[in-house]
Amino acid sequence: MKIVMAIIKPFKLEEVRDALTAIGVHGLTVTEVKGYGRQKGHTEIYRGAEYAVSFLPKIKIEVAVASGQVDKTIEAITAAAKTGQIGDGKIFVINLDHAIRIRTGEADAAAL
Amino acid sequence: MTFKRPNSAGFLVLAILAGLCAVALVDPALAQTAADATKDAAPAAPVPNKGDVAWMLTSSALVLMMSIPGLALFYGGLVRTKNMASVLTQVFAIVSMIGVTWTLYGYSMAFSDGGSMTAYVGGFSKAFMHGVDGSSTAATFSNGVVIPELAYFVFQMTFAMITPALIVGAFAERIKFSAVMLFILLWSTLIYYPIAHWVWYVAAPDDVANAAKALAAATDAAAKSAAQAKLDSVTSSVGWLAGAGALDFAGGTVVHINAGIAGLVGALIIGKRVGYGKDLMAPHSLTMTMIGASLLWVGWFGFNAGSNLEANGTTAVAFVNTMVATAGAALSWLLCEWMLKGKPSLLGICSGAVAGLVAVTPASGFAGTIGALVLGLVVSPVCLFFVSSVKNTFGYDDALDVFGVHCVGGIVGALGTGILVNPALGGVGITDYTNITGNNAGTYDLVTQMIAQGKAVLATLVWSGVGSAILYKVVDVIVGLRPSVEQEREGLDITDHGERAYNY
Repeated sequence: MKIVMAIIKPFKLEEVRDALTAIGVHGLTVTEVKGYGRQKGHTEIYRGAEYAVSFLPKIKIEVAVASGQVDKTIEAITAAAKTGQIGDGKIFVINLDHAIRIRTGEADAAAL
Repeated sequence: MTFKRPNSAGFLVLAILAGLCAVALVDPALAQTAADATKDAAPAAPVPNKGDVAWMLTSSALVLMMSIPGLALFYGGLVRTKNMASVLTQVFAIVSMIGVTWTLYGYSMAFSDGGSMTAYVGGFSKAFMHGVDGSSTAATFSNGVVIPELAYFVFQMTFAMITPALIVGAFAERIKFSAVMLFILLWSTLIYYPIAHWVWYVAAPDDVANAAKALAAATDAAAKSAAQAKLDSVTSSVGWLAGAGALDFAGGTVVHINAGIAGLVGALIIGKRVGYGKDLMAPHSLTMTMIGASLLWVGWFGFNAGSNLEANGTTAVAFVNTMVATAGAALSWLLCEWMLKGKPSLLGICSGAVAGLVAVTPASGFAGTIGALVLGLVVSPVCLFFVSSVKNTFGYDDALDVFGVHCVGGIVGALGTGILVNPALGGVGITDYTNITGNNAGTYDLVTQMIAQGKAVLATLVWSGVGSAILYKVVDVIVGLRPSVEQEREGLDITDHGERAYNY
């Protein structure tokens, strides 16, 4: 099992969710985050005070999937979240040792 | 869970206040005698007009709305979330405290005869509302027109409330609540009440007319000299800036220059916020700031048009000038910023509106409509220059630009009034309603008028600037001005008030 973690542009969240649902991924966790990569920030001016804002708002999604589904998941996210502009985000894949559904106690693949 | 013993000092103060009020309540007999004496002096006393009374009470409520919630939200939106409750509490508490001190002695210090000192400060003859009740009246600017003294009292009270509240923007996010309250108590007593007296304590037109009539009626030399002495005493029993012919319709000097310079001095003495120039200190809610600025604009109709003390043509002049100058200044700030910084900002247009309101305050009843529009268009670039270039060059942390907008805007307005009152520019000219010696009544001379305006500006800057510096030092010794660095980082909401403005 793997966790596929993706940092995406906030307005792409609905498209990514639809794409994941279409390939049978039912469930994901979303967090509002801030960060920076190659995309530059912007300047905000409040009367005389200028601030360089380098941390931009992004959405982080985390999906736990069976190892066999990882490639399909990555493809779905990539296709849905891509705009071609700097700042589209990144995808990280992390090993997942165990998964347990709290309500039933089901474990691992059955819990996904 | 443990409970701390409540601070007994607060209860002591309350007990003393209650005691003093009780003493004041016991002497209605004295008050009655004083009122009777006034009645005898003026047999055919004019009766307040219902329209004037309604307008003045409405205006008073409008000016209260400028402070809370207007100014509180305008300022609150500009600070960081961790200091929101702190700013709102400071403004609300100042308004409430002045409501008490104005009633106990402030009104008397500003608007009663100070005897031999009356050029500089009033006396205590009206302290504890002595002789001020539903039947006493206050003069307006017209002969034969009076308003209930209580309406005048409460209208002027709302000015005394907002002026010190303006100051807190300069040292927002870095001052102890106890220091704010002590400073404002001292400042309003020693700086504001006297300056209000300097500018606004003028002879009642009816008193002047009656004295002049008596002089004309006097037949023999002895009666003539007695009547002349009476007239002189009436016309000279005024605040010294009013006597010097300085024009300030609604308080550009008394309110805005006064609060603005006190704020700058405070920002300098208290020092910069921790992390100033490094940390992100962006306004936490421009939405609140926009709501606040809009409430200020609406409330300012009470402030400026109410300052005519009657509901008549001049009231409409002041009302329209307030509208037009503010629109011009808001637009002009927006356009200047668009040209200079590349983007037209919401904070910019709100700041411009406030700068326009400040500038038109002294001119509102004196300038013509187009004059007011020009004043509005001119004030914004000047204030923008101060809040960006000047502030950054000198590096003082006037957090919410009290100096840059209120003091600078107030000076532009005070000097602009001296120019725009000129009938040749659509102004009303120097109105002759009190015959105060030396106020150039009926004539207009640019140089003379500008000297009078400059005198008022300088006197206010010096008295308020130096006086405030001393008071900040006094407060620093007694309770300390600044919270610790840790407390400041944590935010004053938690460290001063034990609550957060936002819980989500």
